[in-house]
Amino acid sequence: MDVVDHHQNQETTGDIAPGDNNTTLLSGIQSYTIGLLLAVLMTAGSFWAVQAHVIWGPAVPIALIVLAISQMGVHLAFFLHLTSAPDNTNNILALAFGILIVFLVVVGSLWIMAHLDNRMVPMDQLMQMQR
Amino acid sequence: MSTAAAKGLPDEAHGHDGAAGHGSGGPANTRTVVSYGFWLFILSDIVLFSAVFATYAVLSGRTAGGPSGKDLFDLRNVAIETGCLLLSSFTCGIMSLVSDAKRPMQTYLAAAVTFALGAAFLYLELNEFIDMADHGAGPDRSAFLSAFFTLVGLHGTHVTFGLIWLVVMMAQIATRGFRPTTMWRLHCFALFWHALDIIWIAVFTIVYLMGVL
Repeated sequence: MDVVDHHQNQETTGDIAPGDNNTTLLSGIQSYTIGLLLAVLMTAGSFWAVQAHVIWGPAVPIALIVLAISQMGVHLAFFLHLTSAPDNTNNILALAFGILIVFLVVVGSLWIMAHLDNRMVPMDQLMQMQR
Repeated sequence: MSTAAAKGLPDEAHGHDGAAGHGSGGPANTRTVVSYGFWLFILSDIVLFSAVFATYAVLSGRTAGGPSGKDLFDLRNVAIETGCLLLSSFTCGIMSLVSDAKRPMQTYLAAAVTFALGAAFLYLELNEFIDMADHGAGPDRSAFLSAFFTLVGLHGTHVTFGLIWLVVMMAQIATRGFRPTTMWRLHCFALFWHALDIIWIAVFTIVYLMGVL
């Protein structure tokens, strides 16, 4: 089974390796090129949003986060070839679990640290108390 | 047929699926199993990065009277770095395609371009680090800079190991040809390299772009 070409997976509905897609060389190049163009557009959009001062100041971080998350989606779809097809279920489920943990770690840390920060005695007062 | 079918349940969902890796279909092929295991590693690596990102986000304002991101970051340099890494991700994808088609010279060429772009990225990043350290903004200056060097340095370390891995893979193809074992290692490398580019999106957005706002 080991030496069998992975492209034969297509006939059955068995699982596909993450990052594999069943395409010809030409359509493969097409997919990477579309991905590159979209990624360049979004990256350029991010740098533009910061430097052009066109977007209302407080909205810029939100625009950056939206652009970053959509660019990650572009990379996952066009470079890592993740799809919603049944042969990708395991890959998507693992990714979803990873995203959940990332979300808990990042948001949880920021939330807890912000609360601790609010309850801290300001540094200059702390210095006076120690005197 | 089966009890599942007798109860009116869909057959595939109850272990009677004949596809490889499902129900009675036997194990999936090794390429799928190896790649899936490596996919799990990549996801756990991203969880590691998320902890370092959280640390950076908490400490990013703690400059201890020292320079902040606004004073230090050169967006032009970051844009070139980003371009290098994005293009190398693209050429890495092309390398996957031509190596699947078992074309050695095109594989070496795509790998060489991928390597050159990755090395250019590292060169620019190291230059930036050295320049910052020379101007008194090393990792020991403030909590912000400690977190900055940890996060960006961790990503740079990954890129360094990726470059070493790429050279090893080309040596394997040169000496052993396009064997299945070599092919799925090369596939794991491609997953790793694309994942590093995804992490870089978060780095340039959160560290650099938000740092100069």
